[in-house]
Amino acid sequence: MVNRDILDYTAVELSEKIKKGEFRVTDAVEAVFGQIAGTEEELHCYVTLEKDRALARAAGVQEQIDAGALTGPLAGVPFAVKDNLCTRGMRTTCSSKMLENFVPAYSAEAVLKLEEAGAVIIGKTNMDEFAMGSTTETSYFGVTRNPRNTAHVPGGSSGGSAAAVAARECFAALGSDTGGSIRQPASYCGVVGMKPTYGTVSRYGLVAYGSSLDQIGPLTKDVRDCAVILETIASHDEKDSTSMRRTDTDFSSALKEDVKGLRIGIPKDYLGRGLDPEVKSAVLAAAEVFREKGAVVEEFDLSLAEYAIPAYYTIAAAEASSNLERFDGIKYGYRAPETDELHLLYKRTRSQGFGPEVKRRIMLGSFVLSSGYYDAYYLKALRVKALIKKAFDQAFAKYDVILGPVAPTTAPKLGESLSDPLKMYLGDIYTISVNLAGLPGISIPCGEDAGGLPVGLQLIGDCFREKTLIQAAYTYEQEVK
Amino acid sequence: MANVIDDATIDYVGILAKLELSGEEREQAKKDMAGMLDYIDKLGELDTTGVEPMSHVFPVQNVFREDVVTNGDARDEILANAPAEKDGMFVAPQTFEG
Repeated sequence: MVNRDILDYTAVELSEKIKKGEFRVTDAVEAVFGQIAGTEEELHCYVTLEKDRALARAAGVQEQIDAGALTGPLAGVPFAVKDNLCTRGMRTTCSSKMLENFVPAYSAEAVLKLEEAGAVIIGKTNMDEFAMGSTTETSYFGVTRNPRNTAHVPGGSSGGSAAAVAARECFAALGSDTGGSIRQPASYCGVVGMKPTYGTVSRYGLVAYGSSLDQIGPLTKDVRDCAVILETIASHDEKDSTSMRRTDTDFSSALKEDVKGLRIGIPKDYLGRGLDPEVKSAVLAAAEVFREKGAVVEEFDLSLAEYAIPAYYTIAAAEASSNLERFDGIKYGYRAPETDELHLLYKRTRSQGFGPEVKRRIMLGSFVLSSGYYDAYYLKALRVKALIKKAFDQAFAKYDVILGPVAPTTAPKLGESLSDPLKMYLGDIYTISVNLAGLPGISIPCGEDAGGLPVGLQLIGDCFREKTLIQAAYTYEQEVK
Repeated sequence: MANVIDDATIDYVGILAKLELSGEEREQAKKDMAGMLDYIDKLGELDTTGVEPMSHVFPVQNVFREDVVTNGDARDEILANAPAEKDGMFVAPQTFEG
């Protein structure tokens, strides 16, 4: 048997090899940086890379492994972290000019959990500015390219994380998902990505975009890594008042091959107009695999899908306009030069520090929250959100899992999306309702289009049913690999 | 049903959002916002009479904890990010005559 390249291992496999003494942690870090040296210039997955720090940390982790203090499944694994998760002493930019030189004084809870498990953070990944975008093209630091075809986008907003995993520039990554920002880039880059139930992972230290929608989750090479990372970062945290007390976060216990009797519903509205025929046939072929393995698969009417996007953009923009008020040029971040008057300083700082997509959403959000429009737009959207949640409740009374595409197409070409924001927003149609309803969703690769670009399959579960999703995704992955 | 954003509205939004738009940006913003509002108006097709607005999907309310300081003194790390700093304080433009 030919020796496998160290980069071929999944995160969990790598950690096993390290604990057995077959590799040193520094070997893994060096291997990843060797890969980065070859591909990063073209792909641009990272905003910040910290090799010296990673090597120093690797030595410390190795000592703890050797001493038997670190025995977990992620010990010694090099990780990438999306650049909207605070990392103490490591620049955190949100891919914005506003935070170009911001160095947090604390780390996000999810990052701390990973580090406690012995992960080595090697750098911060590129993203759409403040996570606002679906292609990673709104980054102040330039675009990331899709490793599967560099003429195409990696998706977004966690595009750098997805691309870094796909390009083997790390073994796994963290992202955040407000309207599909983990699942869609995972789909475009051919990796696994999961958004857990709202409240499963603490948002402490995640730079907020739409607080009622944001969740942190993993982007990985396979479903096992996804389950293991999610159970590592899931926690109840007093510092995030929306974090839930859960006792069922042993997600790796669901890595079983069995979907017999699983009730799977495919929303007819997810297969209709706008869906690329190649994506549709890949998704339906995946549904057939579940049927052959004993699942009961049928189509049903979910309804309201077309209302999810306007409801989402209203709510997300409203929350963004409030969350981004803090960027005023006083305590941290960019400050407009040569301005002596306070209000002018605020205005100029924000006008110069934010990019066009961020300004667009802040303005829309300010408008829908303004007196006179609050009821008609913001409260209306919250009422529609309640209807969408109810539609999902009814669906989950009949089905264990909802199956569909992640996105209507495979990854678009670079430069095709930003000219028409509304069209770009429409690409979020299958992922967005999951955030509105607080549900878990996973994206797993299910084939390629004629051009070789990956297609993603989305599985959606009822709240707190990550294990059902992981078991279904694992069963599918084992069957087709 | 097409929305038109006039100059007064975009000025008002600029005040709320604390943004100063250049001439070209301003015209684009008027167009973009009108387009988005046309699209959002689609929500009007749904009858939501009697539906309570849902801000949070789980019935979590009033999460309290003891008001105890748990973080340490990170003053220097925090001030290191300040655009301007003097004697351990943030420097901002003068807001009143002293």
